[in-house]
Amino acid sequence: MEQRIADLEAYVNNGARTPDVASKIPGPGPGHNAWQMVSTALVIFMTLPGLALFYGGLVRRKNVLSVLAQCMGIAGLVTILWWAVGYSLSFSGGNAIIGDTAAKFLTGVEGGKTGAGYHWISDLMWSMFQLSFAIITPALIVGAIAERMKFLAVLVFVALWMFLVYFPFAHMVWATNGLMCGPLNKDAAIKAIDFAGGTVVHMTSGWSALVLCLILGKRVGFGKESMPPHSMVLCMVGTGMLWVGWYGFNAGSALGADGIAANAFATTTLAAATAGFTWAVCEWVLRGKPSVLGFCSGIVAGLVVITPGAGFVLPTSAVIIGIFAGVIPFLACAYLKKAFGYDDSLDTFGVHGVGGTLGAILTGVFADPAANSVLGPDGMKLMDGLLANQLKAVALTIVWSVVATTIIAYIVKAVIGLRPTEEAERQGLDISEHGEEGYVS
Amino acid sequence: MKLIIAIIKPFKLEEVKEALAAAGIEGMTVTEVKGFGRQKGHTEIYRGSEYTVDFLPKVKLEVAVSDEVAAKAIDAIGKSARTGKIGDGKIFVLPLEEVVRIRTDERGEKAV
Repeated sequence: MEQRIADLEAYVNNGARTPDVASKIPGPGPGHNAWQMVSTALVIFMTLPGLALFYGGLVRRKNVLSVLAQCMGIAGLVTILWWAVGYSLSFSGGNAIIGDTAAKFLTGVEGGKTGAGYHWISDLMWSMFQLSFAIITPALIVGAIAERMKFLAVLVFVALWMFLVYFPFAHMVWATNGLMCGPLNKDAAIKAIDFAGGTVVHMTSGWSALVLCLILGKRVGFGKESMPPHSMVLCMVGTGMLWVGWYGFNAGSALGADGIAANAFATTTLAAATAGFTWAVCEWVLRGKPSVLGFCSGIVAGLVVITPGAGFVLPTSAVIIGIFAGVIPFLACAYLKKAFGYDDSLDTFGVHGVGGTLGAILTGVFADPAANSVLGPDGMKLMDGLLANQLKAVALTIVWSVVATTIIAYIVKAVIGLRPTEEAERQGLDISEHGEEGYVS
Repeated sequence: MKLIIAIIKPFKLEEVKEALAAAGIEGMTVTEVKGFGRQKGHTEIYRGSEYTVDFLPKVKLEVAVSDEVAAKAIDAIGKSARTGKIGDGKIFVLPLEEVVRIRTDERGEKAV
């Protein structure tokens, strides 16, 4: 009887099960598992259609479908890779860098089992939740190369990038034996923390995006012709969907409907709202007018920057993080890009590369055991030297992403080429690559 | 007969239409166009990129009239479309060789 009550208490507290005793509730806990399913759907919604519309609105009308097609193409391709071997390489056994192939084709990953992700969520939902992150990460790169990369080259690049960058990073940061998984691996070489993907998602995609857009070169007519967004309305609609979906991303990363999830929900809200407001005010002061694109960019930047700290910082810290998120990525997009002259079409680097890096560092500054006991003496005692560990994780992520992307991009360039012909690019990728138009009349 | 082509500010279209109706003009054709004259464009800023938008939205109005009504029509358009600010537009007047009412095959002034 005592053991059965302990089981129930563990479920209600989202805590560990009583070890070495046969439990009468071996399956997932319904409440936590329900939140995991909702969260997974929310993160899928971030990509389709959230990110697709956010990016789609920002390109010229002749390229709107190419962006939507790239997002859907990546969703399909990555899902197949994930089922085949991606999940296994990310989360099944292996060493500190990469997993093994024991769970290929989701072997042994069952709806009725728990423990692969956390105490009370279904193993199969854990694999689907992580899949939704694996989809959006390469889709973020689309923003930097929009309007000028062949569809086939995008798919081949992404397939290689998943194996060389994403699967290793998901493993290193979130697997229980990962190199940088401070909260779960007491033997981690770098005891860093990343709640929902500052390094894994935003830094890898952001820094890879910068490298890829440099190797790809500028769009035809860049700097000479005007290339304004064709629909700020679509862009704002996409931004709202990203914000809503991000609750699955951040609060869902608590892997249960517990107090840490509530904290992540609150910090996500505060950072997004503060950063959107701050970015627009920066524009107002420095450029004369607060723009809708400014609000949208700031909201996304706030969401990016709070991601690694969402479940580790307190709400008031999230407001301060939001102010940083509204100012620093704004300066990167408005001035850094101009100073260096690279053509990051939709500012993937400015928002996700700079924002992800900023978030990883600020998480080291503001993390508080009062927000998450895993940080403190009752948990993994991560506070000592945390900022230094965060900086090590940042450095490793940047170097790895830059080197791997450089290698992959040059291979794809040599084998199939990266860019369409100039004529096809001028005509627009919608017609030249997909044979259809976004707006017929 | 004259063909009057007027380029006006879009928000002035209703007033111009009413002024022409008051002057006895019974038909017109309207097109949404873009262009610029001395007004030039404006600047749009998207994150780090600044774009000068030269072509501003305008409305092009085409009216075919008999010679005797022409002066009144030009006057009506001019007065109703005027704000006194740069960018009010222009009126072009062209001689019109022939007009055909397709339904009845009437020609000339009867068809205007």
